[in-house]
Amino acid sequence: MADADVAAGTAPASRARRLATWLYRRPGVQPRLLLATPLGWLALAYIGSLVILLLNAFWDQNSLSGRVIPFSWTLESFERLVSNEVYRTIAVRTILVAAAVTLTDALLAFPIAYYMARIASPRTRRILVIAVVMPLWAAYIVKIYAWRTILQPGGFLEWMLAPLGITSPSRQEILPAYITLSYLWLPYMIIPIYTGLERLPSSLLEASADLGARAGMTFRRVVLPLVLPAVMAGSIFTFSLTLGDYLTVALVSNTKFIGNVIYDNSALGSLPLAAAYSLLPIVIMVAYLIVMRRLGAFESL
Amino acid sequence: MTESRFTRIALRIGSALVLAFLYMPLLIIAIYAFNPSQIMDWPPRGFTLSWFGEAWGSRAVREAIINSLLAGLGATTLALVLGTLAALAVQRYAFFGRRTVSFLLVLPIALPGVVTGIALRTTFQTLGIDLGLFTIIVGHATFCVVIAYNNVLARLQRLPRTPEEASADLGADTFATFRRVTLPGMRTALISGGLLAFALSFDEIIVTNFTAGPGTQTIPLWLYFAMSRPTELPVVNVVAFVLVLVSIIPVYFAQRIGGETTVAR
Repeated sequence: MADADVAAGTAPASRARRLATWLYRRPGVQPRLLLATPLGWLALAYIGSLVILLLNAFWDQNSLSGRVIPFSWTLESFERLVSNEVYRTIAVRTILVAAAVTLTDALLAFPIAYYMARIASPRTRRILVIAVVMPLWAAYIVKIYAWRTILQPGGFLEWMLAPLGITSPSRQEILPAYITLSYLWLPYMIIPIYTGLERLPSSLLEASADLGARAGMTFRRVVLPLVLPAVMAGSIFTFSLTLGDYLTVALVSNTKFIGNVIYDNSALGSLPLAAAYSLLPIVIMVAYLIVMRRLGAFESL
Repeated sequence: MTESRFTRIALRIGSALVLAFLYMPLLIIAIYAFNPSQIMDWPPRGFTLSWFGEAWGSRAVREAIINSLLAGLGATTLALVLGTLAALAVQRYAFFGRRTVSFLLVLPIALPGVVTGIALRTTFQTLGIDLGLFTIIVGHATFCVVIAYNNVLARLQRLPRTPEEASADLGADTFATFRRVTLPGMRTALISGGLLAFALSFDEIIVTNFTAGPGTQTIPLWLYFAMSRPTELPVVNVVAFVLVLVSIIPVYFAQRIGGETTVAR
């Protein structure tokens, strides 16, 4: 088959052939040619954009029109962020909710992950893995919309809680955002913990029991330390996705997260302020990833 | 087996509750799709199929679906080409900064979407590029590249090199070997990577919200704006329900292609 192609040495084919020979003689050129397009694309479209955004954080605005004046260096946006207490409150709130969502998801994920990894039959296990992953494929906006209807006055939650005499949380509270975000990222926590528990050798649990440890002791001293890297791997998703979110928060509650301030300012308010504030989640995430890498969470991804 | 009977029963109940929690919102959306009233009180009173017809006839919904499909196709094609090129370079050649390539490619999905979105929009506006389908595709392709890259890289690592050497020995040049040997070997990786990238693009709203501009809506964007207009809610319910149903398709394909691709995004 290949012979026909080669033997048919028409003019364009032989030109391709000459190019192939030329490339073969210069092995250093090949990776550069291969990488030029994807990295050129990324450098232009993405890194370039990030740099422009970063520069905007240090640029001044016309006080009347609000237009950004390029290359007019100032630290005013950062001063506004530091001096105004609102921005600090919002930053602390966002980080606390991200931590709370991570903790909640870890607690919810553990029982089902344990059941899948160590108790369910292989067939049930396969079905459960699909069942846990499937909601991830349902559109993000649809899941937020579902929670918006569940949480609204007269909605499903109020109907469920009415017999108990509890009212649905109001839009003024952080609770709706916390519930919805915990829901959205839960599968990202279940899957790594399940994988971690599945890798755990049964012999270790048996040895612990033989040495006289009760179930609770074995869990605390053997299972938990060995599965912790998997929990941290899951936490990278739950924490970072909560930290950067603005849409969920805006649709189910009236509270503001870091993302909402960035979004609101990018459209109507001050772009330099939005740019300066967006450095905060970037710095937090980079620091978080470095800590997680030190603790060995990346091997469990 | 060290778990006691009590632990097993408790774990089974806990698992059932978590599954119920995961599926409850999707089920509620499915029920609301047949709600005759425009008021979203629970429980819905009555049953109707009329909103499905309404949704089918909606021009805005149809245009949004077409935009989503076009954006998905454009972004997936770009991502597959760029991701494959990068994967070939990283897997086949040793060069300075090889590890940085993976890091650079993963950056667009590792950083918050709101940052990516605002960065891209600022650039488009600075360069004077009109926001629309083209800018949506550029944004989607940027974070889809890593999906294609990961899939192709994983395949290349397992693909034996001997058939390629044999092809070269038999007189095929670099391009012929790639077309006839390497590409067929990567085929399923390209399909699953493409599927994943398409699904990611079809679902994306955070970056899209920044790069779409006022005139162009994808289906998630249409949902986003329509859900704050009470008269549109019945159609929103139907579209949301259909999107939940459609999400079974990639899961089905991922199962058929096999365990190589993790279905998690």
